[in-house]
Amino acid sequence: MVLQEKARQAAAPPAGVVILRGTVQIVGELLITAGIILLLFVAWQLWWTNVESDARQSEVIKEFAQDLGGAPPASPDASAPAVTGEEFGDPVVSAAPGHAGTIGIMYIPRFGPNYTRPIVEGTTSDVLDTLGLGHYGTTAMPGAVGNFAVAGHRQTHGAVLDNIHTLVPGDKIYVQTRDGYYVYVFRNNQIVMPSRTDVLEPVPTLPGAVPTERYLTMTSCNPRFGAEERIIAYSLLDSWRPASAGPPAEIADQVAAAVGKG
Amino acid sequence: MYGWIFRHLPGPLWLRIVTSLVLIAAALVLMVQFLFPWMSHYTQFTDSTIGAASQP
Repeated sequence: MVLQEKARQAAAPPAGVVILRGTVQIVGELLITAGIILLLFVAWQLWWTNVESDARQSEVIKEFAQDLGGAPPASPDASAPAVTGEEFGDPVVSAAPGHAGTIGIMYIPRFGPNYTRPIVEGTTSDVLDTLGLGHYGTTAMPGAVGNFAVAGHRQTHGAVLDNIHTLVPGDKIYVQTRDGYYVYVFRNNQIVMPSRTDVLEPVPTLPGAVPTERYLTMTSCNPRFGAEERIIAYSLLDSWRPASAGPPAEIADQVAAAVGKG
Repeated sequence: MYGWIFRHLPGPLWLRIVTSLVLIAAALVLMVQFLFPWMSHYTQFTDSTIGAASQP
């Protein structure tokens, strides 16, 4: 009986069964393929975009270092006391570069001793996805009275502001441009809805107010791995040093590592 | 489907294995270059800016 059954099947499966089997197999394989592609997409987005962006941002920093002339005065006057803004006068404020032009480098020791990220003009995805922190073109430049605002990814594409929530009031944030070093001090953060453009006002969240302070505002996604809200970090300019005075002693090593000793 | 493709690749077994690996690699490159960047516009958490200026 069993032998007969086997023989019958092997001899002539009906055409309908053959087509059905083939269809089920192809659909199954396509579904498995779709699942694998989705897994690969997750890996690409959460891991590979960081690898790519980190590499590209290192290049941007190298290009910026070459642009500086290769030989920044990397021998800071260690004996000199910490200087305040008055000793060098008002900070130099340069004009914004064109879209995707490099403004400078940001150092945030709270994010790790090797945290160096380029600051690039523009907040479109071509800037934010590969080049680093993006400067809102409508806001002020580093050192200016008003609001110097930048955006950065919390996750993926380098995750440049992944640790923005770990900033503690009083943390120093260093911005290096062609003109010098701007030392901002973190003040507070705020979680807002994505539509709150008033955080970019010259006096953040106070439209129409006349600024007297020099703000640095950083925006990123919130929560991590989501984008329902935005996390905003406000800092105030504490001091600045012209490029000729060398980097602040606290970040001299990072500056030397990032832009080289010429 | 994949079995059918494998059976219809030309050449001896080792060549068909090599061809399969090349095809898989090509599919990966196409996905990373074109498919995944396009898909990422439909995920949310790459958006870190304020306002509507650059919503993807």
